[in-house]
Amino acid sequence: MAFKIIASQCTQCGACEFECPSGAIKFKGETYVIDPKKCTECEGTFETQQCASVCPVSKTCVPA
Amino acid sequence: MSAPMISLQGLSGTTVFDQSPARAKSGGCASSSCGSSAKPHEMDSAVWEKIKDHPCFSEEAHHYFARMHVAVAPACNIQCNYCNRKYDCANESRPGVVSERLTPDQALRKVIGVANEVPQLSVLGIAGPGDACYDWKNTKATFQRVAKEIADIKLCISTNGLALPDRVAELAEMNVDHVTITINMVDPRIGAKIYPWIFYDNRRYTGVEAATILHERQMSGLEMLTARGILTKINSVMIPGVNDEHLIEVNKWVKERGAFLHNVMPLISDPAHGTHYGLSGQRGPKAMELKALQDRLEGGAKLMRHCRQCRADAVGLLGEDRGQEFTLDRLPDKVTYDASKRETYRAVVARERGDRLAAKSEALGMVKTAGSGKSLLVAVATKGGGRINEHFGHAKEFQVYEASPKGISFVGHRKVEQYCLGGRAEDKSLDGVISTLEGVDIVLCARIGNCPEDRLKEGGIRATEAYGYDYIETAIGALYAAEFGSEPLAATA
Repeated sequence: MAFKIIASQCTQCGACEFECPSGAIKFKGETYVIDPKKCTECEGTFETQQCASVCPVSKTCVPA
Repeated sequence: MSAPMISLQGLSGTTVFDQSPARAKSGGCASSSCGSSAKPHEMDSAVWEKIKDHPCFSEEAHHYFARMHVAVAPACNIQCNYCNRKYDCANESRPGVVSERLTPDQALRKVIGVANEVPQLSVLGIAGPGDACYDWKNTKATFQRVAKEIADIKLCISTNGLALPDRVAELAEMNVDHVTITINMVDPRIGAKIYPWIFYDNRRYTGVEAATILHERQMSGLEMLTARGILTKINSVMIPGVNDEHLIEVNKWVKERGAFLHNVMPLISDPAHGTHYGLSGQRGPKAMELKALQDRLEGGAKLMRHCRQCRADAVGLLGEDRGQEFTLDRLPDKVTYDASKRETYRAVVARERGDRLAAKSEALGMVKTAGSGKSLLVAVATKGGGRINEHFGHAKEFQVYEASPKGISFVGHRKVEQYCLGGRAEDKSLDGVISTLEGVDIVLCARIGNCPEDRLKEGGIRATEAYGYDYIETAIGALYAAEFGSEPLAATA
């Protein structure tokens, strides 16, 4: 139960980082990564996954 | 009359007033006899105070003052069909394009570095690549740090408006006097063709529903800014066949809600940019189509005609970008703000601009006395300071003015590929220059060779260096008078 970021598509805009309610997204090296231990897929907090909803590039924040 | 700008030549690499002083002429009468009409527009003096050093908000100021953008706000809450976040390139100049994204601390270092070297700097803007109001933490931290170091710098932001209502109170607190909102529609059905989705209230909205939310937030943000006396510029992207006619309606709406300036910009659409419009073959408007729409909007909200659609990390006067000189790796690790260059520059500009405004009002008199009903479209090669001080072959753009019984007005600029590179003239680019200058009657420049002059003539465009180093308006006034019969007034030189 976690999401991941496809690094080759990511534009590093960072919108996902500050929308993530679990603080699971961090900038590491050249891209943003989702910590699967912290990611809850926004269950119980929001009806949609915030990273996928705000990501400007389609199919970039996807189920791991 | 003040002396030409010799004192500025010592100021770093500024290219503004580097004409040869011996040739510099100036029009205009002794400033004492021209009185308060020297102000460029009849406006309330508090407003004039706010815009007089802002190159984007004042057409007059853009001859003298420079802005810089820091790309600290990459995150965005809207997808626009003319934007693609994935591809950007240092060699491109278009809104949203940046070569490096900065943290607020890096931004502070860059602003100080630029302020020390570019005396014309008056404005710090945050214009993306994302949305400054949405990526608020970064925007706010940057403004607070810079304002503490450089107290007299004007702060401004550009936003799509979706998050704006939540930020108006803090913007006012931080003395952000100038806000630009991009408003491309007031009819959500048209909005749905421009915005595939928005992210609002923790979820993604699409279609007419998305455009309705955006529209309501934009209007309420604008009204809130107006209520607090913050000047607002509206940017609209002209998309032929989508919102071109509709922008007349947009202009009415924003004027009613107190927008100070309306800037209609042409859609930039190239398949290589990978935007939806670029890939779907949506074309942008031609220079004359844009001018025709702007002319129809006269009488509504005041129009901005000198926009250069700069990069989100542009540095320098409008029309030049010195951003590449100030990348992080070229800045010292530790910088200390030194106010001396900016202060000296301001004193010189205060003198020079009084002189130029006097020259301008005299030139207006010449156009009116000529008593002709005709209009003249004039392209000017200039590198700033309001003078004709650029060689034809070196110009990267021409500023276009229209002289008519209504006066002399700036109508826009036309970018060209530089025709003369390193002493060698490129024939192909001359063809491009000639087609870009379509509709122009006469070109004024500091110097031009016989060959390009003849080629222009074949294309129906006259060119002259007769007014080299004059003030732009002085030259156009004299030209208009000479062209349409009446004798030029005595005080031209």
